[in-house]
Formats: sequence, C-alpha cells, structure tokens
Amino acid sequence: MNLLKKLKEDIRFIEGLNACINCGTCTAVCPAASVSDYDPRIMIDSVQKANEFSIIEILMSNTIWYCGECLSCKTRCPRGNTPGYVIQALRALSIDSGLFIESEQGQKQLAIKRTVGDHILEYGYCVFIDEIDTEMYPEQGPIWDWLKENKESVLARLGANYNKAGSGTLRLTSEESLNDLRAIFKETGANERFRKIEEYSALKAKEMGISFTKGKDDYFKTLYNE
Amino acid sequence: MITSKHYIMNNSIKENNRNKSWETYQKDIADDNYYFARSCIRQNFFPAAEELFLKIISKELGKDIFDDERQTTCTGIAYHSGVIPFETTMTVVARQFALMTEAGYENFVCSCVTSFGIYTEVLETWKHNPSKEQEIRESLKRATGKTFQIPKNLVHTSDLIYKFREEILSKSKFRLLNKLNGEPLRIVDHIGCHYAKIFPDKGIGGAEFPYVLAGMIDSWGGSQVDYPERRHCCGFGFRQYLLKSNRGYSISNSKIKFDSMAPYKPDLIIANCPGCTFFLDRWQYVIAEMEGKTYGENGYGIPVLTYEELAGLLLGYNPWDIGLQLHQVSVESLLDKLGVNYNPLEKYKGLNGEDLGKPEMPNVLKCY
Repeated sequence: MNLLKKLKEDIRFIEGLNACINCGTCTAVCPAASVSDYDPRIMIDSVQKANEFSIIEILMSNTIWYCGECLSCKTRCPRGNTPGYVIQALRALSIDSGLFIESEQGQKQLAIKRTVGDHILEYGYCVFIDEIDTEMYPEQGPIWDWLKENKESVLARLGANYNKAGSGTLRLTSEESLNDLRAIFKETGANERFRKIEEYSALKAKEMGISFTKGKDDYFKTLYNE
Repeated sequence: MITSKHYIMNNSIKENNRNKSWETYQKDIADDNYYFARSCIRQNFFPAAEELFLKIISKELGKDIFDDERQTTCTGIAYHSGVIPFETTMTVVARQFALMTEAGYENFVCSCVTSFGIYTEVLETWKHNPSKEQEIRESLKRATGKTFQIPKNLVHTSDLIYKFREEILSKSKFRLLNKLNGEPLRIVDHIGCHYAKIFPDKGIGGAEFPYVLAGMIDSWGGSQVDYPERRHCCGFGFRQYLLKSNRGYSISNSKIKFDSMAPYKPDLIIANCPGCTFFLDRWQYVIAEMEGKTYGENGYGIPVLTYEELAGLLLGYNPWDIGLQLHQVSVESLLDKLGVNYNPLEKYKGLNGEDLGKPEMPNVLKCY
C-alpha cells in the first residue's frame, strides 16, 4: 500500500493541509498539547515532509490518537490548515493499513468500536442509558445509580418514551431505521473499518496472550481501563 | 504611561470591535416549521431537556416542530473518535435530510453542538466538492432508496431559544436576578467548540464573541462572567473521554476552566452542548471527591444548566418536572436566588408521586 498516495486522496487531508508555516499557533491553543505529549505543529510538519517512512512512523505512533478533535486549531491557523482534519485522515489510514495495533493508543480503537460504534447499529444512537453504569463511568456519580435503579418511573415522570415505539426521548429505534443504518454502514465502508479493527485486534490480543472473544472481553477491559 | 483616558479609549475600541464582530456574525434563523434532530448525549444524561425544548417551541411559542420517530444519531461521536469513515457520516446525515424532505420540512434544527458541527461540515464539504455530494446521493439511494433536499435553514436548538429570547422573557415569571440581594446573577456561558470554532460564520457572534447564550443572559437580566478561559474546551475529546484510561484529558481541561472562573464567584453555568453540560456538572463532583475542592458556595458546586432548562425555570416549570434532580451538582442555590417556589419533598419522586428513596450523597460535594 502506498500510504502517502492514499493519504493524499483523503478529502479530510486535502481540506486539512495547505502549507504550514510552522508558527505553532495550533499548539498554543491545543487542549491536548496542554495535557499530553502531543504537538500538532510537529505532527503537521512531519506530514508535510511527505516522506513515506515518516508517515509509517506516525501511523504506528501514539501521537495521532492524542488529539481531542475540538478543532480549535481550525479557527486559529493563519494559513487555513486544520491539523484536526489531518489527524482524521491519519487515523483512518492507520486503521486501514493495520498499523494502529502497533501503538498503545491505536489499540484502544477496539474499545471505542465496541462501545459507541456498535451502539449505533443496536440502538440508533452512539450512547444509550442501558449501556452506561458507574463501574465503567464512575464520574456519573450516585445520581446516575439512582436514575438507573428507578429508570422506568423517573423517565416516565420526565416525559421520556423509554424503550417504546414511536417518537420521543430514549425511544426504541425501529428496525426499519436500524436497517437503513446497517445498509449505509455496509455501503460506505464502516463495516469494513469495523472488520479491520476486530481482525487486527484479534491478532494483537493473541500476541499479548490476552483472551479475545467479543463485547467486554479481557482484551477490551485491558484497553479500556489501563 | 497609561492614563484613565487611554483605558477608557481602549475599552471603547474593544467594545466597538466586539459589536462589529456580532454584526458580522449574525445568522439567518427560520421563523417557523422545523424538523427536529435529537442528541445522543442530551436525551440520556438530561432526559427531560429535549421534551422541554419541544414544549417551549410548540406550546409556549406556538411554532411547528416535528419530532420524527425515524431519525437517528448523526454518528458524530463515533466519527470524531475515528471508528467510522467520513463517507458513512455524510450518508447518515443525507438520510436525516431525506427524512426531513419526506416529512415536508426545509428547516433543520439539531439538539447537539457536535451534530451542528457535523451537519455544517457535511454541507461545506459538498459546497467545495460537488462530486462528493453526488457520490453520497448515490450511496444513500443504493443503501436506502432515499433522496433528499438540502435544508434551506440549518440551526442549533439554542439558536431558536436565542431568536425567541424576548418572547420567552415576556412569558417568564422570573428574571436572572438574585432575590437575596437584588443583583444580576453572575453567569458563565460555555458555548462548546463545534458551535462556531469550526465554521465561525455559522454561529451567532462567531468564534471570538459567541453571543448565542450571552444574548439570553443579557435579555433575561443576568450578568455575563468574562473569565480568562471562557473559550477553552470542556475537555470531551471524544475518544479521550470514552476510554477510562484517557479520561485525565477531560477532567484536566474542565479543571482549567473551573479554576479560571472561580474567582468571579459565578452563580450559574449555562452550556450550549450536551456533552459540555455533562462534563461541567460531573467533573465538579469528581474534583470534590478526589481533591476535596468545591467551586460553589459552602461546599456545594456551581449549578450547571442547559439553555432550555434555564428558559423552563424562568417560564415557571417545576424544576423536578424538567429533570433538574438528575444533575449531580444540586441546583437549589440557584432556585433560592431566583425565588423559585419548589417542594424539596417532590425532588426524588417518580411517576404519580411514587416514593423512590434518595440517591446516596457524595462524600465531599454537598448535595440536597
């Protein structure tokens, strides 16, 4: 696979990178740069060099996974670049090429796929109340435990249509709508990306000697928690 | 030497620039007939907020708004986390537009700032790349048989509350005034990055001086808190929050904001984006439990509301019927300042007054 050629075909890359002047404004405003080992200026500069080997290094690194996609960089870049868009193209290529499993952060994409990714096709939304508990999300706090314990009564009081057909908050998304989403995922490459995440992750889990099946298996828990 | 004259002149120039910026970034918001799209986060974490919004628009303001049972996510959280391709997101968005078209609407309003960014990004991409729009039209047709019209008007739900803020004020029972001392309430507004940082000309006031929430504060009698980290991200970070191992990113960024706003002693935070509302509420709880630090008065937190929750309170809705008991930071300090007459015994009741017991109290953060 010619990675550089593929990267240059990605519309997010085309729209994200014009010519970087290395001013560092993106790094100055970047929330990720303030809390992790991430520097969008250096990342963009490396990509701009257009060297196949440096692209491989980037795709195998943790760096591309630290961005929080707030896109503050888009507002501020004096040359109209968007490092956050370039990151999207690099992440897509890292998964497509299988290189994502070479970094700790890249490996974690399995846990994201098995939560928000799979939720879309099961519930019609990225998030659903039944999948959230204070073991996985302790910051939800005791109020969430109270809501979960009493969800039928509380949600009915608040006018939600929890798990029922029709319109409304937290309704049951119809099979017809879910089938549309499934067909779109198949048509536009999301199923293929999901398949690659699962297959490469299975290989990595085997190499690491961690049990790999489905859902919240040992490999998922390792990636999610550690 | 800087004199008071210079200071006044500088402030005047600053104010002039700000006003000019607001004029530049005015936004066309349709008067009526909206197709409504729900949020993944808002309907789960603030499960009364969207019904309240629909009530305000339809019952209080008499507008037509359609809540379609066939709608779905826009996929924004998954897209920004890198697990689904942009082509998938564009085609799901195209399906939402097709549902709007089938229902006979032209004005699209979404209840999530991330979604607003996604819909805007898709339309801008198609504008720059017409062949991409054609490709997505063909993908949608093959996958679902659907076709669509591009919305004539695309706005965020807060844009509607902003547009009708004076009408809401005229029906309101309360103002953003502290009954205890007669002063305007000090209010922090948090806009959410994807409202205007991606496409500044699509947000009221742009990215520099977003006015969508500030306009509500001004109209309803409150006082804006202009603190140093006002425009900083709440720290969602998509994949960073979604993984327990990466959540330090999220809480660290929220903490930057809390520490920056604390000296101004805000009475209330209002947030534009469902995710931001959640993080600014829950990270106060976590910081209290981890570090013993609280940001509100007397060991409580600073209440955090969505804009429709605030509008609902001012309109006189019972706080426990609009879900304010589901915030981890208690809202009672705000209710007392506004002069809202509430019954503490109703707070944790279920349907038809069912007694559901009380949630556990945090160890550090004081709650009612």
